This record gives sequence, C-alpha cells and structure tokens, in this order.
Amino acid sequence: MTRMLVKGLDWIVRKVTHSSHALRKQTILKIGLITVFLFLLVTVLAQHSWFTPYDPVYYRDAPRLEGPSIRHLMGTDQLHRDVFSRVISGGKASLIVAFGAVALSMSVGSILGWISGFTGGFLDRSLSLIMDAIYSFPSMILAITLVAMFGAGIGPMIWAVGFVYIPTYFRVTRAEVLQVREATYVEAIHAVGAGNVRIILRHVAPNTVNAIMAVSSFNLADAILTVAALSFLGFGLPPPAPDWGFDIQNGQKFLQSGSWWLITFPGLMIIALSLGFGLIGEGISDLLNPRRKRKRI
Amino acid sequence: MGGISRYIVQRFMLTIPMLLILLTLVFLILRVMPGDPVSAMLGGRNVSPQLMDEYRHKMGVDRPIPAQYIEYLSGILHGDFGRSFRTNKPVVTELFMRFPATLELAFFGLFFAAIFGFGTGILSATRADQPIDHIVRVFHIGSFAVPLFWLGLMLQVIFAVKLGWLPVASRLGGRIAFTFQSITGFYLFDSLLGGNTKVIADVAKHLVLPAITLGFAQAGLLGRMSRASMLEVLDQDYVTTARAKGLKERVVVMSHALRNALIPIVTVFGLQFAILMGGAVLTETVFSWPGVASFLVRSIEARDWPAIQGSVVFIAIFISAINLIVDITYSFIDPRVRY
Repeated sequence: MTRMLVKGLDWIVRKVTHSSHALRKQTILKIGLITVFLFLLVTVLAQHSWFTPYDPVYYRDAPRLEGPSIRHLMGTDQLHRDVFSRVISGGKASLIVAFGAVALSMSVGSILGWISGFTGGFLDRSLSLIMDAIYSFPSMILAITLVAMFGAGIGPMIWAVGFVYIPTYFRVTRAEVLQVREATYVEAIHAVGAGNVRIILRHVAPNTVNAIMAVSSFNLADAILTVAALSFLGFGLPPPAPDWGFDIQNGQKFLQSGSWWLITFPGLMIIALSLGFGLIGEGISDLLNPRRKRKRI
Repeated sequence: MGGISRYIVQRFMLTIPMLLILLTLVFLILRVMPGDPVSAMLGGRNVSPQLMDEYRHKMGVDRPIPAQYIEYLSGILHGDFGRSFRTNKPVVTELFMRFPATLELAFFGLFFAAIFGFGTGILSATRADQPIDHIVRVFHIGSFAVPLFWLGLMLQVIFAVKLGWLPVASRLGGRIAFTFQSITGFYLFDSLLGGNTKVIADVAKHLVLPAITLGFAQAGLLGRMSRASMLEVLDQDYVTTARAKGLKERVVVMSHALRNALIPIVTVFGLQFAILMGGAVLTETVFSWPGVASFLVRSIEARDWPAIQGSVVFIAIFISAINLIVDITYSFIDPRVRY
C-alpha cells in the first residue's frame, strides 16, 4: 500500500519537476506526503459512524472527564464523549479550509501577479504597493478581523484565510514573470507574433509551477495553524461538531483540574498535520534547489 | 544632504503611501464589505429598527462612503480613534493603557527567541551531523508546526497546574496586584524601580511562560538561520587561519565566527515583529495578558466596532513604524543598502 502510494507520488513529482527518480532520496518529502495522505484518509473515513469507536458527538455511556484508559484511549470529556473518536474526526474543517483557502489565494494571487508583472507601469506599482501593505500586516490579526466581519463557519474561514495569503502568490509569480519576460526566447516568440495570453499560458505559467508548489505546501502548514487558532477563538464550526481548535478551547476550562488529555491530543494532531505539509514544502524546496540540501539548512 | 539622511527621508516618504493603503484597507474591510457595523453589533439582540437607525446615525455609517472615509482619515490624523461601546472611553486611551503590556511581552518573547535560537543554532552548527545536530534540526523544523495557543496551555498544565512552579496567567499575583503602583506600564521596569524583591520576583515569574510561548516559533526560525549562517562562516578561510594559529575552538567560534554569522540574522529580527504581533493575539488570550492584542479579541467577541477598527489601525501604524525603524537601522549596519 505504502509502496504503491510512493510510486504514484513519485510519478506525479517526476512529471511536474521533469527530473527522473525525484523521490528516490527524498525521505523528508516521503514522510510528509504519507502523513498528509493518512490524515486525509482517516478524516474522510471518520465522518462515518462505523469507523470511529464511539459516536464523536452523541455518546453518553462513558464516565465523565476520565483520563486515558484501554476503553477510552484518549480519555473522555465533560459530556461523556470519547476524545479519541473526536480527535480522529476533528480534522474536517481544518483540511477543507486549508485546501480551499490555498486554492483561492493561489488562483487570485497568481493571476494578479501575472497581470501585474506583464503590464508593468502604474498598475504594477499600485498593485505591488497594495500587496506589500497586506503582506506587512500580521496575518493572524487580519484573518481574525475578516472572520469577525464575515461570520463564523467554513465558508467565511476560507475567504478570510485565503485573502491573507494572496500577496505571497502575487510576489512569487510577479518575480517569475519579470525574469521570464526578459528572457531571449520570450522576446523571440513575441517577435514571431505570439500574444501576451499565449506567452503567459505556455511559457510563464509552467515556469512558476515549481515555486508555487513549494510555497503552497508551506501555506497549507500555516493555514492548518491559522484555522486551529480561529476555531480556538470561537470562529470555527458550531459547537457539537468535533474540531481540534474548538476542543482545545473546551479543554481549557478543565485545565485547572488537571484534565490534560482534553487539550494534549487534539494539539498533537494539529502539529502532525501541519508538520506533514511543512515537510512536503521542505522536500520540494530541496528538489528545486539541490544546493540548499547540500548546505543542510 | 548626505547619503544616510537622504535615505532616511526617502524611506520615511515611502511609509506614508504604505500606511495610507493599510488604513484604506482597514476602512474597506470594516465599512464597505457586506454587513454594516450596527447590524453586526446589535444583530441577534432584540433591538427595534428605530434604535438601529439611531445607532447608525450616531456612528455616522448612514452617510455616504466618501464622506465617511474623509472623516475616518481626519479622525486618525487627530488621534481620534472613536469611542469604545463597551467601556465608553476613547479607544486611544484604552490602547495606550494596554500597549506597554504588549511591548513588554514582545520584548521578552524576542529575548527568549534570540537566546534559545542562537544557542541551539550554534550548538548544532559546531556539531554538524552529530546526533545532537539531528535532534536540534528536528526541533527547528518541528517548532513551526506547534500552535502557540496549545503550547501556552501545555506549559500552563505542566509548570503551573502539575508542578506549581509558575503562575497560570495574568501579569501579577492577586495580593501584589492590590498594592502595586504602575508608573510606566512596564511592570518589570516599575518593580525594579520600586526595589521590592518580592514584587520583582512575582512580575518576572508571570512573564516566563508567556514569553516562552510567544518566542517559540521565532526561536526555531532564528535557530535554523543561525545554524546555516554559522556553517557558512565556519568554512571561511579566516576561521581556518584562526584555528591554525592554535586558538581554542571556543574562542574561534565565539569571537571569530559568531560575529560574522550574526550580521545576516540581525536584519531578519525586526521583520519578525509582524509575526510576533500575530502570535501575541493568541498568547495574550491564553495567558489573560491585558495587552492590545487581547483587547482586539475581546472587542471582536463583544462586537465593539469602534474598538475593533481602532485596534487594527493602531497595530497597522505600529507595524509601519517598526518597519521604518528596522530599515533605517539596517542602513547603518550595512552601508551597501541604499536606494
């Protein structure tokens, strides 16, 4: 199973990066990809009641606030619910929002970056200034303010978190466009009569894909943390639904009495998933820049 | 005008449009996007439409957008950030009352990040590819993935609840808070002025966990960069020369390599401030730290619209000022940076 997965991913990465056996020595990348895949698999399966040992939302037969035991691996909460069942099904909102937000910011940011880099002049200067302004502002505070404006829930979180990352993609694609635009071969096709749209789609876009892939992995890692923070502050899914950030906020109330299991396990899940995305980013960066790997940064 | 002073003036002029864009952005987000402040504030509560209109008029949101925008900007220019609905005090007063708490936390957060980051970075670089190096690198990469609010809670469970070494939250212990007189708002500074060792110890104890929480992510990043930078410097010829002269390894690392390795890192230090402010939101919330960031979160929870807008504007101005100072400082350190 794992072998098939790695082979499949190897094929994808090879197609994208055009380097043969790209994954062969990329242990970091492999660990990251497998982690994320497992999280996706478990989260999807855990939305069905036959997969979780107990019902994560309505379960009343267990003792209240009991520490980890064999029956309840991660203990129970104040409403007699099994923490393990909640933890394995609690990644839904994080994953949906993270992927949704990155997809949103990637498409908007890249398109703006291409247009800005290609047109130049006043439009480029003003767009760059606006993007720099957004970029300089603390992303967590911006996301919280936006969610406060839009309201709680998955949709508003996608918009808020997505908006915050737009400048990142804008910068990456714009820089790439400026570089490619000056290349001799682009001048040549331009002279032959290729239009701007064609140059962007056929020559600029493929060149930016690699950098965007690395950036988006790091963004996904960051988005998982941002979503967790938003849920922790109470802007996530409405209460009975299992969610890591919200469950940690709930566990905070029972912290003084020493119920450590309520916050420990959801937190470890957030770390593992965010780390998984981060490692993919590290791996891709190593692939793109082998010098980086040799320097062992 | 000389090089540096011209650079400073130019850099200052560049801050103005940047700040204007930030302020406009805040205005657009809070005023023009769907849902006006009054229905966001009073929606869900049992309020008659007449009263809503009255509030709209009172806040000036029933006037045309351009007029509101001009009023908003001139208000900021005059230092008028509106009046908080919750406390009925000017938002500026509220913010300046809490600002020292945030600055104190940020300072000690950065302090922890620097010590821990540089320490682990140097340790790792001088023992490259040894087991300790691997452990430190795993820690450096892993530290990015740790949610700050979770780290804060875990530290509270371990050091406050289980071990009882440090206080759970807030800036002062209950009994001392009654008698403590703050002059500057920086409690550690004030307690040092007071000279009462009990108070100093109490203030310091309350600072430890929040500072570690806030500095943690920065520590990983700084550690990673100082390791890379140190490795590069250790490969240089002058380090080999120093070793060949028979100097002790400690002297070579500490006085020859470290100074040069630090140059690129110092510059990143100031740029971390924006991220630090974002982290402050969570750290202050978890530790009931009465700062600017937790004021913003409270205001959002209470839908206190003028306070939300005022806090965001305040943070925007603060970040712009920090960026300006960092850039100017950098131009003194590295004379190659000129526009």
